[in-house]
Amino acid sequence: MKRQIPLFITFFVGTLLIFSVFIPPMETLGENFTLFFDIIAVFAFFLGAGNLVRVHVSKLRKRKADWGFSIVTLIGFGFMLFVGLLKIGNPGGIAADVTAPGSWFQEMFNYVINPLQSTMYALLAFFVASASYRAFRAKNREATILLMAAFVILLGRTPLGMMLTAWIPDSLSIFQIPNMAVWIMNSFNLAGQRAILIGISLGVVAMSLRLILGVERTYLGGDDSG
Amino acid sequence: MKKTTYLLMAVISALFVLSWILKAGSLSGETDNYVIQGFLITFSAFLTLSVLSFLYADNPLYKFAEHLFVGVSAAFWMCMGFWTTIVQNLIPRLSDGLSSFFEVPPQPGDYNFFFFIPVILGILLLMRLSPKGGWISRWPLAFIIGTTAGLNFVRYLRSDFIKQISNTFVPLLGTEWQGIGHFFSNLDLSASGQLVTMAANWVIFLGVFCGLIYFYFSKEHKGAFGAASKVGIWVLMLTFGASFGYTVMGRISLLVGRITFLFRDWLEIIS
Repeated sequence: MKRQIPLFITFFVGTLLIFSVFIPPMETLGENFTLFFDIIAVFAFFLGAGNLVRVHVSKLRKRKADWGFSIVTLIGFGFMLFVGLLKIGNPGGIAADVTAPGSWFQEMFNYVINPLQSTMYALLAFFVASASYRAFRAKNREATILLMAAFVILLGRTPLGMMLTAWIPDSLSIFQIPNMAVWIMNSFNLAGQRAILIGISLGVVAMSLRLILGVERTYLGGDDSG
Repeated sequence: MKKTTYLLMAVISALFVLSWILKAGSLSGETDNYVIQGFLITFSAFLTLSVLSFLYADNPLYKFAEHLFVGVSAAFWMCMGFWTTIVQNLIPRLSDGLSSFFEVPPQPGDYNFFFFIPVILGILLLMRLSPKGGWISRWPLAFIIGTTAGLNFVRYLRSDFIKQISNTFVPLLGTEWQGIGHFFSNLDLSASGQLVTMAANWVIFLGVFCGLIYFYFSKEHKGAFGAASKVGIWVLMLTFGASFGYTVMGRISLLVGRITFLFRDWLEIIS
């Protein structure tokens, strides 16, 4: 029963949603189920948060390596939760939006989450540059094509690309590097992305069918009892 | 901890306080909350520099920023989920009392008994934390998987399969013939650049076709099929190169944003 009921739920919900497309009175079912999904996802956030607290409290208790930083995580988590759930410092009180300008919650986002998030992503620019220096060698035809496309796109999105080919007349503007970059993005890149998307869609459809029909069961975990 | 670590922490703390005082001083004429604003800008700059310090090596400042990010962002998404989904979408459908408490007036016809289902499933999901009742959390998981599979089955067939194929069938010989001179003389990206538009359409049509041939593994890639597959690889390589360039530029834009923040908002060196 521990496995049969979940398999039945997956089959029932999946089939219902597919059939609802063909039955006009049931068309809103997809919207409602998406909302159900979002509500369960919020509970999953609670679960994740509970797990985060459990892991860091356990690390603190056992005085594991870098346990001091767990205090930072717990304080940050607790403070943000306190400010967000109780709408502390929100100019419009409980009725106003939690992200109202000037609210503590929004200030925490602007001055803590946003700088941390964007700097973490920006950090990747250095690592990508370093990795590409090692990996981007025009060893064969395919690698050369990749290198050239990347070079044109990189150059096309900087003022240098514009400066280098600004002398080309407007009637031949396709040969200006920024325009070449746009053309590559709108033709070759579009074609390649489309071929990949079509492949992905077939994969998703096949995987959805496997899940609905109970062929794919790995999401149930390894315990076969029951 | 080593003595040098304590010394370094003391120096960083002193610099932080100094920066805070200077920043608050510079903001004193502009805003009423200049002390808090000064602190927030200084703290934001400190976090930015802490993350960038990872370029040298893994260090306690980076670890501090990393751990803070984990805690704060987990709580952020939890609060956003609570206020935007639970309070705005669930509560008006279930309870008038709670709706008036949270000041979200229910719309007529909002009450829907079926919305107890996700609440029950959500509570069952929390059973995962219990060592004995963990298996019951498979039920909401099965609901999530079933919903995702059912919705994606239709969505991907419609938008990523049928629509993408339909959009690939583009005019290959141009729509409005304006004479051979015009056709070859105008190599720009505007709508009047017929040759450029037509070339792009050919690239899209053949590129998708050859790209799909490359992904077809049930037939050996030899002869004409192999040649088309080869063209498919080139198109895919151009795509990967373009995507790579685009991603790198996105990351560099973010870096420019952070450096602008440091030099304009924090240090006020640039205007």
